[in-house]
Amino acid sequence: MPKVWKFDNNVNTDQVIPGRYYPREKVEELGDYCLCELHPNFSKEKKEGDVIVAGNNFGCGSSREYAALALRYSGVKCVIARSFARIFYRNCINVGFPILICDELFDNVQEGDEIEVELETGIIRTNGKEYRATPLPEFVMKIKEAGGIVNFLKTHDIEELK
Amino acid sequence: MGTLAEEIFSKKVGRPVKAGETVIVELDRIMSHDTMTGLAIDAMEQISDRPKISDKIVIAFDHIVPPANIEQAKAQRKIMDFIKKHDMKNFFQEGVCHQIMIEKGFVLPGNIIIGSDSHTCSYGALGAFGTGMGSTDIGVGYATGKAWFRIPESILVKVTGKFRKGVYAKDLILKIIATLGVDGANYKSLEFTGDTIKNMSIPERITLSNMAIEAGAKAGLIKADEKTVEFLKGRAVEDYTIVKAVDGKYEKIIEFKADELEPMVACPHDLDNLKNISEVQGLEIHEVFLGTCTNGRYEDFEIAARIMKGKRVNRFTRTIVTPASVSIFQTMMPSGLIKIFQDAGCIVTNPGCGPCLGRHAGVLAPGERAITTMNRNFRGRMGSPDAEIYIASPAVCAASALTGKITDPRGYLEKTR
Repeated sequence: MPKVWKFDNNVNTDQVIPGRYYPREKVEELGDYCLCELHPNFSKEKKEGDVIVAGNNFGCGSSREYAALALRYSGVKCVIARSFARIFYRNCINVGFPILICDELFDNVQEGDEIEVELETGIIRTNGKEYRATPLPEFVMKIKEAGGIVNFLKTHDIEELK
Repeated sequence: MGTLAEEIFSKKVGRPVKAGETVIVELDRIMSHDTMTGLAIDAMEQISDRPKISDKIVIAFDHIVPPANIEQAKAQRKIMDFIKKHDMKNFFQEGVCHQIMIEKGFVLPGNIIIGSDSHTCSYGALGAFGTGMGSTDIGVGYATGKAWFRIPESILVKVTGKFRKGVYAKDLILKIIATLGVDGANYKSLEFTGDTIKNMSIPERITLSNMAIEAGAKAGLIKADEKTVEFLKGRAVEDYTIVKAVDGKYEKIIEFKADELEPMVACPHDLDNLKNISEVQGLEIHEVFLGTCTNGRYEDFEIAARIMKGKRVNRFTRTIVTPASVSIFQTMMPSGLIKIFQDAGCIVTNPGCGPCLGRHAGVLAPGERAITTMNRNFRGRMGSPDAEIYIASPAVCAASALTGKITDPRGYLEKTR
């Protein structure tokens, strides 16, 4: 069963992936360094499919898309936060890394708790309770459903986003 | 009718639009730098075999110049091959991307510009809607010339009064961010107004707009005026029209009195950990860094030089001076500023981002404490996660370099004036 890794408010992108680990040719390697200084145990012990639960303003600071990529290659299924910083939010949607907004979950989980997330419906189950993530705006859903904006634009004109 | 952000977007799309609407916009400029352009090229090449309008693209190498390792050198070579292949004319290796964009007239009032750097909000200082995005959005911009935006709600920041001696635009913006909180303007646009802003020079306004992102803001706008027009004479790459807010509806209005401010210091590891200088003075400092897109302009160095002239920095305080552009560097030579800094024992580096992002030119060791004019004090930003970063004005940083401790600059300013 996937487990929760818990983070506080204002996790910045310098923490998600410190600047000295990129640029690099093998982008996949960024997954090994994801959150390595903020939470050394996370980078050592995380398992494929685990879930990050965070407070407000996750992903603030630098615009580095490497932060979204580092999370994707770290193997975590998604980040569920109370809120996301806007550039990071956009980057995740663009590269197809799942992020969910859920306000009430944060106070009701601890690190190590078992968690189940249905990405399609936004339903989250943990500790015998069920939570529902805030739905994404319709516009953003179009990009998400295509698997990112690059995939969308391979078959559509950008004006079709409207 | 609308806020400055709404008016800029309305003008661009040719109909009145309001906060909350999502629009697709023809971009005026697309800026990217050495560490993010590689991924943008990858994104573009999956959509299109060439940039839609290459003249609108500006690429500036600044984050790690010259490259400090093989991976960085390869990344920069890949970008240069791309520039060569598409015969792109706007390529620079002469300073911080935002300073280059502004100095060379690529940023004009009413423009909508995206950049692969969160401090693209600096362009608000000239009445342009500049905002940071990731590499994929930049690549989409290369391929289509367009980007999608959700028009942000606006917070009006009204500032009145005159700064007292030793207090600057940097102290004001630190105060504004600490008041809003580091996510207090997330998804929103800040609009700065009031007589203090009107009386500011363009470089001071850039310091203000530059740090809007540190409160989470999408943009930090200042209405263009006669100072903007004067600054753009001989620089503007094309004609422009000034856009004004007209009876805009603001989500919130916050007011500040400039004459009530003291020199401020943002303490580790977030900018809302803000203190008056009197609360932190005396703390030992191991590195001082003067420069960046926030405070790397001639006027900033002039303040620092006034404090350092004829003196020596503490010999155990590594003091780094990094002009934001070659043009600034070349103004600092004949005026004697470079000599003042070198005679004081500073290390003067080539223009660029310098040690701001912790990859070269002044990386911090565990246990070291830096005070700097940059914009972020995140843990680990300048190197070791066990180092500490303090953020302040050029005056506070210069005075601290002399003593090797966090120092109130006002004593030094009185003596030299």
